[in-house]
Amino acid sequence: MNQDTSLSRRDLLKASALLGGGLMLGLTLPQRATAAALGKAGGQPVAWLRIAPDNTITVLVDRSEMGQGVYTAMTQLLAEELEVEPAAVCVTAAPVGDAYINALLGGQLTGGSTSVRDGWEKLRRAGAQARTMLVQAAANHWSLPAASLYANGGAVYDGRGHRLTYGELAEAAAKLPVPKDVELKPASAFKTVGKPHKRVDTGIKVDGTAVYGIDVKLPGMLHASIEQPPTVGGKLKSFDATAAEKLPGVHKVVATSSGVAVIADHYWQARKARSALKVTWDAGANATLDSAKVAATLKSGAATAGKAARHDGDATAALGKAAKVLRATYNLPLLAHATLEPQNCTADVKADRCDLYAPTQFQALAQGVAAQAAGLAPAQVEVHTTYLGGGFGRRLEVDFIPAAVECSKAVGRPVKVIWTREDDMTHDTYRPAFHDEIAGGLDADGRIVAWHMHITAPSVTARMFPGIVAQMVDPFAIEAAASYPYDVPNVHVDYHQQEVGVDVGYNRSVSHAPNCFVVESFMDELAHAAGKDPYEFRHGLLARQPRYRHVLEEAARLGNWGKAPKGRFQGISLMEGYGSYLALVAEVSVDRGHLKVHKLTCAVDCGQMVNPNIVAQQVEGGIVFGLSAALWGEITLTGGAVQQKNFDTYRLVRMNESPEIVVHLVESTEAPGGMGEPSVAMVAPALGNAIFAATKKRVRALPIAKQQVVKI
Amino acid sequence: MLKLNVNGQTVDTDATPDTPLLWVLRDHLGMTGTKFGCGAALCGACTVHLDGEPVRSCQLPLEAVAGRKVTTIEGVSPDRSHPVQQAWMELDVPQCGYCQSGQIMSATALLARNPSPSDADIDAAMSGNLCRCGTYPRIRSAIHRAAELMKSGQ
Repeated sequence: MNQDTSLSRRDLLKASALLGGGLMLGLTLPQRATAAALGKAGGQPVAWLRIAPDNTITVLVDRSEMGQGVYTAMTQLLAEELEVEPAAVCVTAAPVGDAYINALLGGQLTGGSTSVRDGWEKLRRAGAQARTMLVQAAANHWSLPAASLYANGGAVYDGRGHRLTYGELAEAAAKLPVPKDVELKPASAFKTVGKPHKRVDTGIKVDGTAVYGIDVKLPGMLHASIEQPPTVGGKLKSFDATAAEKLPGVHKVVATSSGVAVIADHYWQARKARSALKVTWDAGANATLDSAKVAATLKSGAATAGKAARHDGDATAALGKAAKVLRATYNLPLLAHATLEPQNCTADVKADRCDLYAPTQFQALAQGVAAQAAGLAPAQVEVHTTYLGGGFGRRLEVDFIPAAVECSKAVGRPVKVIWTREDDMTHDTYRPAFHDEIAGGLDADGRIVAWHMHITAPSVTARMFPGIVAQMVDPFAIEAAASYPYDVPNVHVDYHQQEVGVDVGYNRSVSHAPNCFVVESFMDELAHAAGKDPYEFRHGLLARQPRYRHVLEEAARLGNWGKAPKGRFQGISLMEGYGSYLALVAEVSVDRGHLKVHKLTCAVDCGQMVNPNIVAQQVEGGIVFGLSAALWGEITLTGGAVQQKNFDTYRLVRMNESPEIVVHLVESTEAPGGMGEPSVAMVAPALGNAIFAATKKRVRALPIAKQQVVKI
Repeated sequence: MLKLNVNGQTVDTDATPDTPLLWVLRDHLGMTGTKFGCGAALCGACTVHLDGEPVRSCQLPLEAVAGRKVTTIEGVSPDRSHPVQQAWMELDVPQCGYCQSGQIMSATALLARNPSPSDADIDAAMSGNLCRCGTYPRIRSAIHRAAELMKSGQ
């Protein structure tokens, strides 16, 4: 049995086939992008690159930069084979194009921690192709064999004192055929990949010049603020804009697909006028929806058997014969994404085209919905991807896009729509709530003989990619559960899709976080029931899982497992996600019932790294993200409305609550794993396990602040 | 027309006196380095200095700013040379970067009044600034590093 990454990989590939994607080499450009690449640069017919006569090299990155460092990592990959310094190139966002389809996901989108895995070979190959063409152009110029030349630092040399820069060669190179077979450097020859390069976007993020969606400025642009339905899924009945329209700066009030938009010269005028609107809403089907009902729906749904995601041996029979059986129910709440940049979008609609400026993770879908709203063909919509002030899956949604297009169309000018924090918090697509029933059996020697996990939750995939769930168990509901790594003969994991009336969305680490919480907390329960040390208990079941075992050992070693200072207690968690392996040791104290999180030590094996500095950033940041969710994260509903409106009621970890974080990156020659998300999932189970060590009370639901276990 | 002093320059604005400084800066003056995050002084993304003190510009009506000196991220240095910006770049602090203008404004104000902040001082000065990407450990290290740079006169 070798579950490791193969299960999730296989599912992703199957998913991508269903979405109509395929492996794209990135060399066939859509017409618009071709024009841009050749017209602006006189450069390379390669989707990723423009080389101008003045030697300016621009890399077009087709993944959204939302903090995960993708502009830097993609640039390093391309620069490696192009033989240029990453710092010497400019980075810009790619347009929409088939060349930019994410082969792991089947569309042009940034998600699933796939960017490096998708780009690892593709971008190095593109760099090598471009370099080969530039060298050939020099060879033609000098009438020398290409093999006698070499490229370095953005120029080609003949070894006898002659040099032609890429800028000088670009025009001639662009006319050459694109070589199909290029040889890529072995890892041992990497100059750039695997090195902790500085990020390319740091400078513009310390002087305020980075342009996020909210910062877009266009000539003649107006601003809009939209009154949206107070209940989830509510609809507009009628509105009276008489008072609002009389206020200074207001141009127009229009009904949009999102709600009633006030369009004004300036944002604050739109906001003020919005408060003067009189709107009547139809609360819709959710008028009486509250959190108790969501929980009850999931609980009753759990009575239905799920679709098997894993079935080894016969877990039910083995439970019947086990010496000791443990059963538990775990619950996880809805969560908001809470990107710090609220949702926003700027649209400029004309008779025959639409320019869309958006902090989006899903360019292809953004283009589609904008075209629909504008009444244009998708090819008439140009998507300009800005920097994203956080993504976390929120910006895979395109709900903030059509209204901007509708507003621009209504006034015939560019319009920027900005959501308030309250709009953003109450109109999110929330991380699914989970209700999991789990059972484990131990034999007389305390070995696990049976593992039975029944997951019940609403499905994001069913809404966004229904084709996938029609054909298989939703792969994004069973992560870190179907891949249960421990050497147990009888394992059953199933998933029942139970909708709860609220649209759910992909949220950083997706189902890894809820599933890892349940699996690793229950493993801890079993360890204690078996009278064994939780680390040793896990370690003894990983003989056939070297990568899991190694990170577990490393986290235990660096986290001083079993040797906590007096008064401090430890908990451990282990997971594979996105092809990366992580283990985390949490160290806490509970003083007169008050929890303090002192230290979180995480060991990571993510295979070969493009940039260890960025990997470390993602581990650190993901841990803080996971800590906010573990301690406080919860969206609740009453009367169909989300109760949390801002950061006072939707609490996030602050500086004074941020513990010491130690990250250890394991050297590895394995294929690269994704690192934008998995560390998020490690925190809650390790924390719950440490709380158990301190208090003998088990955390079986989140957030911890809501349980009667410890005070925070 | 109201006048205000931003980054040492006197500027006119046609914004109404009740407009929050944040939106005067962003919309009327085109200075978008200062960010909107919550509109309720809960996240610190809109932090600027008012006569040297860090304030949340989303809560500050234009009329309250008359005759006082406003400093924004654009006025911290002309060339990223402020020790805080230098330390931020040295330690690669930002991820998405959206909160970082506010973080840097809080950090520069802290270091201006306390050249050797302890971890507790950093907690006290920086806990009003949320970072959703979780860059807190690096912000803390970068503030200590900036303090060193300032002492060595860099």
